[in-house]
Amino acid sequence: MSKIYDLIIIGAGPAGLSAGLYGARGKLDTLIIEKDRTGGQIATTEEVANYPGSIPDASGPSLIARMVEQVEEFGAQRVKDSITSFDFSGKVKILNGEKEQYQAKAVIVATGASPRKLDIPGEKELTGKGVSYCATCDADFFTDMQVFVVGGGDSAVEEAMYLTKFAEKVTIVHRRDELSAAKSIQEKAFQNPKIDFMWDTVVTEIKGDGIVESCVFKNIKTGELHEYFADEEMGTFGIFVFTGYIPQTEIFKGTLDMNPVGYFMADTLMKTNIDGVFVAGDCREKLLRQVVTATADGAIAAIMAEKYIDHNFSE
Amino acid sequence: MLAIDKDTFEPEVLESDKHVLVDFWSEGCEPCKALMPEIQDLETTYGESIKFVKMDTTKARRLAIKEKVLGLPTIAIYKDGKKVDELTKEDATKSNVEAMIKKYI
Repeated sequence: MSKIYDLIIIGAGPAGLSAGLYGARGKLDTLIIEKDRTGGQIATTEEVANYPGSIPDASGPSLIARMVEQVEEFGAQRVKDSITSFDFSGKVKILNGEKEQYQAKAVIVATGASPRKLDIPGEKELTGKGVSYCATCDADFFTDMQVFVVGGGDSAVEEAMYLTKFAEKVTIVHRRDELSAAKSIQEKAFQNPKIDFMWDTVVTEIKGDGIVESCVFKNIKTGELHEYFADEEMGTFGIFVFTGYIPQTEIFKGTLDMNPVGYFMADTLMKTNIDGVFVAGDCREKLLRQVVTATADGAIAAIMAEKYIDHNFSE
Repeated sequence: MLAIDKDTFEPEVLESDKHVLVDFWSEGCEPCKALMPEIQDLETTYGESIKFVKMDTTKARRLAIKEKVLGLPTIAIYKDGKKVDELTKEDATKSNVEAMIKKYI
C-alpha cells in the first residue's frame, strides 16, 4: 500500500497552493495533486491587480510562481496526476489517480472551475482555429483583425480590453442589454475607442473550413439572425468566449453535497458532508470567486484539516 | 527540440522526408510552456523516428494562420509537405500527443 499522507490537496490553483502552504507550515505531511498546469485559471491571466501584494509584478504566472516557491519552502510535495476515482468511506481517504493511488488522513478538494463553452455548432471543430478561451494564448494571431468577445462579466470585459492591444476592433457580444462586470471595469471599456457592443445578442453558429470564416448572431429580443463574414483580405476573425465557468466537481457527484449547478455546498469552515473532506476555492458555492477568496478558503480548509487530524488520528 | 522560424519552416518541415512534429507555441502562452517539457520527453523516446521542432508563432504569425493554426498550444504532425494530424488546446496533452505520434511510427 502507498504511504499515508496527513493531507492531500486536489488542485494547485490559488486555493490549493494556499491550503498547501498552511498545511505544510502546520507540519502536516502534505501532497498537492494537479492534473493540468499549476496555477489553474489564474495562470493564463495577464494582470491580477486586485490581489493584495500582487503588484508591481501582477501577472498571473508571476503570482503563481511566488506561491509555488512559498509552498515548496515549507515542504509541501507536488505531483502531476489526474484523480479519476476515490473512496471516502473509510477513516483513511483513498484517491485513485491515472498514475498512482494515494492515501491521506484528510483531503481538500480545490479543483476549481473551467470556462463554460457556448455549446453551439462549429464551436468544437473551430477551437484553436479562431475560437478561443484564452486571450493571453491567442490574442497575437488576431493582430489587426476583427474580434468578438462573447460574455458580459468581469473576465469578458477585461479580456476584451487586453485584446484591443492586438485587434483592430473588439466587439463585446452580450445576451443582455447591460454588462454584469464591475462598474470600474465597465467604465474603462466604455471609454476604449476600440471596443464596440452588440447588446441582446447571442452567437448561434460558427462556420468555416478549418478556420473561422463566419458566424451567426441572433438578437434575442427581435429574433433577427445576422451572419457575419470575415473580410476577404484577412480571411478570418476571432471569437473569444468568456461566458462564465463550470465547476470541476463531476467525479464527486453523489458523494459530496453540491448545488444544482454542481458547486460544492460547504459551511464557512469548508467542511463537507463527509468528515475529513474539505473544499476550497472556485469549486464551492460562494458569492465572490477571486484569487483572494480562493486563498482564504485554502487557509481555512487546511487549518480545519489540521484540527480534524489532531482530533481523530492522535494516539 | 530544434527551433525553427518562418524562413526555415519550409526546408525543416515541408521538405523533410521524415514525419515532423511541430510544437506551435509562444512566450505569452502559459499552457504552451507547461506542455513543452513533456513534448521534450516524447522527443527523447520517439526522436529517432519523428523529427521534433518548435516554432514561436509570434514571429511567424502569417505562416501559422496559413497553416490554420490560430490557437495555442497546437501540436501538429507533417508529412510530405502537408499537415496530416494535429491536437490543439485542451486536447494537446502528453498522452494524446503520444497516441498521435504512435499512429505515424
